[in-house]
Parts: sequence; C-alpha cells; structure tokens
Amino acid sequence: MSKTYYDPADLRKFGKITEWSEELGNKFFEYYGKVFEEGALSAREKSLIALAVAHTEQCPYCIDAYTKDGLQRGVTKEEMMEAIHVGAAIKSGATLVHGVQMMNKVNKLDG
Amino acid sequence: MGKLKMQSLKKRHSELANTNKQLEILSNGIFANGELPTFKSKIAETNQFPLKAKALEILQVNVGYMCNQVCEHCHVDAGPDRKEIMTKETMQQILDVLKNTGAHTLDLTGGAPEMNPNFRWFVEEASKIGVKDFIVRSNLTILRANKKYYDLPEFFKKYNIHVVSSMPHWTRGKTDKQRGEGVFDMSIKALQELNAVGYGMPDSSLKLDLVYNPSGAFLPGDQKAMKKDFKKALMEDFGIQFHNLFAITNLPISRFLDYLIASENYEDYMYSLVEAYNPMAVKNVMCTNTLSVSWDGYLFDCDFNQMLELPVNSKAKHISDYKEELLQGRNIVISQHCYGCTAGAGSSCQGSVA
Repeated sequence: MSKTYYDPADLRKFGKITEWSEELGNKFFEYYGKVFEEGALSAREKSLIALAVAHTEQCPYCIDAYTKDGLQRGVTKEEMMEAIHVGAAIKSGATLVHGVQMMNKVNKLDG
Repeated sequence: MGKLKMQSLKKRHSELANTNKQLEILSNGIFANGELPTFKSKIAETNQFPLKAKALEILQVNVGYMCNQVCEHCHVDAGPDRKEIMTKETMQQILDVLKNTGAHTLDLTGGAPEMNPNFRWFVEEASKIGVKDFIVRSNLTILRANKKYYDLPEFFKKYNIHVVSSMPHWTRGKTDKQRGEGVFDMSIKALQELNAVGYGMPDSSLKLDLVYNPSGAFLPGDQKAMKKDFKKALMEDFGIQFHNLFAITNLPISRFLDYLIASENYEDYMYSLVEAYNPMAVKNVMCTNTLSVSWDGYLFDCDFNQMLELPVNSKAKHISDYKEELLQGRNIVISQHCYGCTAGAGSSCQGSVA
C-alpha cells in the first residue's frame, strides 16, 4: 500500500473508476465532458472557475489538472491567482457571514 | 534564462547533443517496460502502420542552424554558435528539383533563415520557379536585429513571401521566458513593421501567420480559441493584425527533451501525448506529403527526423539524388516523438490537422 493518501500518478487512473461501475462512471464522464464544452461561458472561463473550485475543495488532483488545463488555454499566472482569490474570498466570506448567526445568538442569550 | 541556456546543447557538450542518446531515451523506460505503447504499436491498432509517403506537396528546406536567438525549447538546437549553413551549391540543387516536382509549397526554415548569406539570392531564384505558397519562417527579432535586415518586410513583400512567425504568447513574460529577454518587444516591433507594409491586414494577400507553441511541459489548447485570444490581445494592446495562428505541439526532442528531463516532466509529458493520441490526426501527418532538406542537402521525412538524424528510408538520400519514384511510397521513419504530431487535433508546421 502507498504510504501517502495522494499519489499524483493516480490522476491518470481517474478513468478507471468506470471499471467497477460502468454505467454510472460513463454517465459521470459524459456529463463532465459536456459541462466543460464551450457554451454560454467559454471553455477558458469554465477552466478558471474549475481552478478556483479545485482550491476551495482542496483537491490536489483537480489543482494539477486545471493548472495544466489553464496553461494549455493560454491562461496567465496572474489570471489563475485572481481566480483563486475569488475562491478564497467566498470561502472566508462564507466563514465570516456566519458571524451574524453568532451575533444573533449572543444577542438572544445575553442581549 | 540562465547563462548556460544561452548556448546550444552542442556547445554545452550535453549528452543530448548526441541524437542516439535522444533516441535511446525515447525508446527505453516507459516505452520499453510496457507502461506506454510505442508509436508503432499504437498506429498499428488502426492499421496505419507503416506510414507511407504520398506525392510530394511541401518541400521544407532548413537553410542553416544559425540563429540570433537561443529559445529554451528549440528542436533544432539552433543558436549563434551553430555554424551549419547551406551553401549556394546545395540551394541550386534544390532549385533544380523544385522545377521538376509538383510541390506547391516551399517552406524555408532554420535557425533564422535570413542569416544565411545566400538567403536573398535563394528567395529570388526560387520565386522565379513559381510555387503557389512560398513560406519563410521568421523568428521576427531578426527583422530588428541589425540594420542590414531592416528592409526585410519590403523584400518579403516584393516576392510575395508568406511569413510565418513564432509567438509563444501575447504577454511579455511568457514570451521572454521561452525565447529570451527582450524578444517580446522586438517581436511586437517587427509585427508592426510587417503590418505597415501590408502583411497580415484583413484583405491583404500578403500572408502573415503566427505559430504558437506552449512555453512549458503542456500541450497546446484549441487552435481556434487560441487564435481568438491572440487576435484580441495583440489588437487591443498593440494594434497588430495577422491572418492565422498555428498551434504546434512541442516534440520531445533536442532542447525540449533536455528541458523535460531536467524539470522532471518527461514521463508526464509522454503520458499526455499518448493519452491525447488521435488516430484521425495520423491520416494527415505532415511527413506523408512533406520532404525536409537539411542544410547539407540530405533528405528527411520531417524537420524533427532531421534533428534526430533519422534519414529517409529510400535509395535517394540527398537532394542531388532526388527522384520522385524513389521517394513516393517510402515507409516513414518513426519513433515515440511522433506522438507529438498525433496529439489532440494533431500538429504540423501548418498547425492542427484533424
């Protein structure tokens, strides 16, 4: 067994998930492929969204995949970093906005 | 870019300057232990082995390895320290062949082809023969490198040369990283000069195309999307116009192979190429309708085979021995670097093929 939970080489094996559940695996990849096609949003914009989400989800496979995908699409490192800040801002905002819940509770219990 | 990178592999006495070493790397490791299929076995899956040469359409001539730039990923290992330059005698032999073939395209490359002392003579003589498409692959900076080259845009215009120029990105940082400090600004200036004489303008017959190849260990994106992004950025930032963009995959040979190994990206890159293999692209690989001539007149299936010193599989090995019947139908010489031309939408000196 591997001594670490994540192995970069496992990303190449992602497609193999279909082997243990072919129908669901195939449906997933079909859906996944469709999502990233050029649509109302460009494939480039979708790639940057995926990169930001990859970071908020803290998925190392997705970070590797969408960093490379961005480079292939000519995305600059400045654009990538800005996208990650969008993810970070939402993450921190999502934490902080719960402060209102804390304030409500304090005011109710000890107001 | 470090000081060492300002020299060719040959000058640095790198072991990769030996093409046998490169071929050994491409045949061993992941391709020998069965982790990845060889190119031969891959194309055999769709009954496309052996690849056969069709009638000659494109004659690509490398007039010398000398260049004013030392790009990080150059598959020619070109640079100012390279002295291999085509002679007038070899050029004459090419002209003699060109008169008697059905080739519709003459494609001059290098190094910087303009640095060959007989470049202008060759262009003048070749244009008299009247090929349909006469390409010069210009690195752009040469047009601004020295006063003696300043009139090249006018010279190109006079002979209706189709200018094809490398441009790795529309930003300074990414371009200079790959091609050297200051290259971006000089390239922009050169493109503006070409635009000024009519090259690249929407209705102009003076063709100006750009070549995009990735600046690192990743494959090129969709050619159409890249073209759109390049057009928008170059127009908005510099008022530059051009016709087409060719997205070309970096082949794992020479300085790019050296880079892949040094940056520990070699295996991942080969995986990417094999995963992106597209059997449809095999049908249109450029080696089947192209012949590449080296600075000393030898014949190769493509510029990459030339750099790997893999000669054509034919009795006619030199331009002076050229006979259509000896070359047409020959088996193309292949190795694992060929995956570079069959990845995704495929790659050729004219961009995507599938």
